[in-house]
Amino acid sequence: MNNAVECRSLTRSFKGNAKQQAIIALDNIDLDVREGELFGLLGPNGAGKTTLIKILATLLLPSSGKVTVLGYDVEREAHKIRPRINMVSGGEFSGYGLLTVRENLWMFSQFYGIPTRIAKQRIDELLHDFELADKADAKVRTISTGQRQRMNVVRGFVTDPDLIFLDEPTLGLDVNSSRTIRDYIRRWVREQNGKTALITTHYMMEAEELCDRVAIIDRGRILACDSPCNLKKQVQRDAVFTLETTQFADLDSIGHISGVKGYTGETNGERQKIRIVAEEESVLAEVIQVIAGKGGKVISLTKVESTLEDVFLQLVGRGLI
Amino acid sequence: MIDWRLNLRAVIGRAYPRVIGSFREPSWLFFDIFLPLLGIAAFAFYYQALGAPSVFIGFVILGGAMTAYWLNVLWSMAAQFYWEKEVGNLQLYLMAPMSRMSVLAGMALGGIFFTSVRALSTLALGLLIFGIEIEITSPISLLVVFFLTLFALYGMGMMFSSLYLLYGRGVWHLSSVFQEPIYFVSGFYFPVKALGFWVSLLASIVPITLGLDAMRQLIFAGQETMGFLPVSVEIVVLILLAVVFIYGARVALNFMENLGKREGRLTLRWQ
Ligand SMILES: Nc1ncnc2c1ncn2[C@@H]1O[C@H](COP(=O)(O)OP(=O)(O)OP(=O)(O)O)[C@@H](O)[C@H]1O
Ligand SMILES: [Mg+2]
Repeated sequence: MNNAVECRSLTRSFKGNAKQQAIIALDNIDLDVREGELFGLLGPNGAGKTTLIKILATLLLPSSGKVTVLGYDVEREAHKIRPRINMVSGGEFSGYGLLTVRENLWMFSQFYGIPTRIAKQRIDELLHDFELADKADAKVRTISTGQRQRMNVVRGFVTDPDLIFLDEPTLGLDVNSSRTIRDYIRRWVREQNGKTALITTHYMMEAEELCDRVAIIDRGRILACDSPCNLKKQVQRDAVFTLETTQFADLDSIGHISGVKGYTGETNGERQKIRIVAEEESVLAEVIQVIAGKGGKVISLTKVESTLEDVFLQLVGRGLI
Repeated sequence: MIDWRLNLRAVIGRAYPRVIGSFREPSWLFFDIFLPLLGIAAFAFYYQALGAPSVFIGFVILGGAMTAYWLNVLWSMAAQFYWEKEVGNLQLYLMAPMSRMSVLAGMALGGIFFTSVRALSTLALGLLIFGIEIEITSPISLLVVFFLTLFALYGMGMMFSSLYLLYGRGVWHLSSVFQEPIYFVSGFYFPVKALGFWVSLLASIVPITLGLDAMRQLIFAGQETMGFLPVSVEIVVLILLAVVFIYGARVALNFMENLGKREGRLTLRWQ
């Protein structure tokens, strides 16, 4: 099977300003995305996800390394890549507010040379699939943020790309809109041959339920890359707990206990909810001791099934968001 | 190899919002026609008070109408990419398979249409209100000069928009800095010849200077003496300007795009 994307020793840095040193957004990355795959990039803010997508979308050059998209080199053969890709970013405000939803979508399709008749037909179908048909003739500046976001996703699919980049496509959307978008992406990849989607997200659930494979990326490095199921197996050996405690002084101290691989904390009124990935169950004794030492009291303790979030906790050492 | 069909579609696609925009915002239409008329009226009354021949008022009306193109080039061509970058359109344009020149050409064609609605209305209303008689000696030359002027002028706009591609908010100031002096130097409200040979020559870099000068000679018969250069010379210079600017736009756009891809400045917002 062919690879839709291949990165070899890809590094991308940005010049810092006078005081700052250069930022290394991508650090010596090797990555393959197979044709026909729904691939997820999961990582915290600033991890380098958008930078990677921009390079793949021919908008940014690598500082070093070799990158091919659909078999073509991103530096020298961008013109062969462009007709076959598209990209949608969460929260983008593209297009012209004066135009209607349908007109905007038509305009963008023209940049790919799609005959108007075909474009119009696809637009109508997609607007229907994304539950936007009743907004087709509304001016873009009058539609809501979520409707706009769905329109953007439609824009990405109108050109019938072979490879689509979706940079946080469900950013800030309600449950229903997110599901509509996820369902469409899944069907789009599954029901056609050789269509590839690369999606970035902050939402663990999204990556877990949607993607064939996920790469976990942090500080410009890929920490793991496998199917959600295999990734979870990695942590199965570990003990994952959730603790509910009263408020106490210093949550960070948990991270310093040896044997704790990662944790997240969430304050809920008087209560503190903590999720811990530990090497073994015996570490728990010390955890409880440390909490007591800081003036906290453990209210409940549960051992849980590991999720993708725990993989992330273990690898990155801190939670997302 | 250039895919002409794709690029033709792209040009039309990019021109579309501007063409449609000229009808969807009737309130702009009012201001865009009414305000230039006010400016024209001020000069017209001034010339009348001085007892200048009525052809002078005709000059002013033509200049006032052409102002619309100059403003359009400054604000909707030169400064355009900055705005497109802010809303995220620029990266979508650059990611598409079309030629970058198609984006510029679409912007220019749309802008010309959008502005022509205004400029022609201003011209017609102005001539009507002040009862100016025109005598077109050679309609063909007039059309040639008019379109050449627009070609060269929008070519200049295309070049500026490429050069401005990577700038931030500074673009706004640059455009404002250009706006006023050109009004004066290009002779929107008087024959440019009045400024003397060297100033006129310098002003001729802005295509509207020679375009206006030639059009005035062609619309108001018998006024050739007020012209800066013979019309035929002006036509040749306008052709040269158009070629230089459009070629310059291409080179600048290529250069800036590559620089932007290397430095990561094409897609940066809120810089
Ligand atoms: N054009 C640029 N110029 C300078 N630095 C940049 C540029 N683009 C990205 N960076 C830096 O590169 C790093 C990675 O940014 P990137 O946008 O790829 O992160 P991300 O994973 O998409 O984060 P988020 O989840 O917040 O979208 C950050 O430190 C960012 O500041
Ligand atoms: Mg991002």
